[in-house]
Amino acid sequence: MNPKRLLLAVLLLAAHAPAAAELSIQITRGVDDPIPIAVVPFATDGAVFGAEDVAEIVSNDLEQVGEFLALGRENLLSMPSEESEVFFRDWQLLAQDYLLVGKVSGSRGSQAVRVQYEFFDVNRELRLVGEVLTGNVSQMRDIGHEIANVVYEQVTGTRGAFTSRILYVVAEPAADGTSFRLEKADYDGQRPQVLLRSREPIMSPDWSPDGSEVAYVSFETDLPRIYIQDIASGQRRQITNYPGINSSPVFSPDGDRLAMVLSRDGSPDIYVQDLRSNELMRVTDHPAIDTEPSWTPDGRSIVFMSDRTGQPQIYQIELGASSFDVERLTYDCFQCAKARFLPDGVNLIHVRRETRQSPSYQIAIINIETLRVITLTDTSLDESPSLAPNGSMIMYATKFQGRGVLDAVSIDGLVKFRLPSAEGDVREPAWSPFLD
Amino acid sequence: MGTQSNTIIKASLLAFTLTLFAACGSTEDAEPPAEVVDSTPAPADTSGADDDPGPTTEELERERQLAQRVFYFDFDVAEFKAEDRETLATHAQNLAANMNRRIRLEGHADERGTREYNLALGERRANGILNYLIVNGASRGQIEVVSYGEERPEEAGQSEAAYAMNRRVEIVDQ
Repeated sequence: MNPKRLLLAVLLLAAHAPAAAELSIQITRGVDDPIPIAVVPFATDGAVFGAEDVAEIVSNDLEQVGEFLALGRENLLSMPSEESEVFFRDWQLLAQDYLLVGKVSGSRGSQAVRVQYEFFDVNRELRLVGEVLTGNVSQMRDIGHEIANVVYEQVTGTRGAFTSRILYVVAEPAADGTSFRLEKADYDGQRPQVLLRSREPIMSPDWSPDGSEVAYVSFETDLPRIYIQDIASGQRRQITNYPGINSSPVFSPDGDRLAMVLSRDGSPDIYVQDLRSNELMRVTDHPAIDTEPSWTPDGRSIVFMSDRTGQPQIYQIELGASSFDVERLTYDCFQCAKARFLPDGVNLIHVRRETRQSPSYQIAIINIETLRVITLTDTSLDESPSLAPNGSMIMYATKFQGRGVLDAVSIDGLVKFRLPSAEGDVREPAWSPFLD
Repeated sequence: MGTQSNTIIKASLLAFTLTLFAACGSTEDAEPPAEVVDSTPAPADTSGADDDPGPTTEELERERQLAQRVFYFDFDVAEFKAEDRETLATHAQNLAANMNRRIRLEGHADERGTREYNLALGERRANGILNYLIVNGASRGQIEVVSYGEERPEEAGQSEAAYAMNRRVEIVDQ
């Protein structure tokens, strides 16, 4: 191992608590009884220079979602790197339920790496899975996230979302005004990339269901207009140029249509544009504000927010239905907004302000059949919730010490983490679909 | 502020002053307009040959009103404040008198509430002013409306004072 890297790793461990805030996710709340797992540092075989610590990436992933507790490296009794070196009794003694070991091999003068890993159930003394992944030395984070996906699925039965990405908007003060950026990063905020930079606001990023495109609102012409950009190539096209507000683009589940908000007929209403024929269909028709459309999982109805009764509430309308045929979904809040169904089509994520007296906004889930509400967050300016592709967590924007930051909370509200943000106001997270 | 509208205001001011002069010339003491009396208490004739009495109080008030370009709103309220009615009417008359003048009404909201809703609220605020300007003589073609929602706050921070500064509509010359 590169001695410099080793030194860095030691320093990071020493400076663990507050200094780590900028480098890694902060876990603000976890489950009471996390699953103990030992992730042994992967052995290095041959010449592998400049590679990131795969085992650390895996254990960070698993701890960030709160359900796991990784054994501290100082407590390791042995450092196995393959099955023949594993003595289950050691790990039972350390009260570990699971064990991950592996090795990284490369050859001098080559960027190619080969990562072998094996995952064990300590109590059943059983190898659950073993695999070899190959790639470039710069892809160690991808490899680590991929291994974390496998471990997570082996233990929880749910597909891991560690290789997913997020989109978000950053606003940063600049010499002459504000600089706005649309960025893409790993789910944990690492490896950020700028997709669009502008001196005018950027809003409402939304992934296409296949993860190849992003729809967003940009004010670059001095007016809010909707664009779709190919993420890999950066190629973009303007989708709308109607008078007034053009906002809130949301891809249909099949990716063929885009729900949006246009105020061209006087007040904001919901429309759906067919992305192949460009045919525009009006969905709602009301003089009040109708906005924040989202699709029901079957793609047949639109959920939206309207202040037609005076304050924002959530409604649903079937596509093709008369604009009078609107079903109101929420009654028990002063304001309920920005709603989107979980894949079950019954539980609705939304932003909730309980009473007029306290102008405080939180992320909540309402079951529209039982009307049971679970409020997931306890800060006061929480908005823009976005669901992980495996349905396990919701990322949202909030304020921390006066700055916009991204937080995530598990859908049972038990686990929370905050993403690092170096500078500026970070907002409007959009969690990608599964990308592989 | 655009230079074009400046010249227009000055030109109309001059025209107005000339009419006053003519009026003064014909009827000395009959009914001196209050504005003239106020602005020229004792014509000391400091300017030699050019005895311009300067802007009248009414004109100064008009200028002051036209200089007000930002209108603030109460929390959760889309209607502009009653105290701004006169000022906005003056803006409307100015637009009516200068058909070439083009303005943009930029609507804004504070950060409370969801972003898309605030975008709509900003537009609703700007539209309220738009309609009032039209009723008072401006033409629809002179005015563009755009909402920035909560995206361009005037004041950073989470204080009530900052929020009050951010709930606004701005008149911007085009």
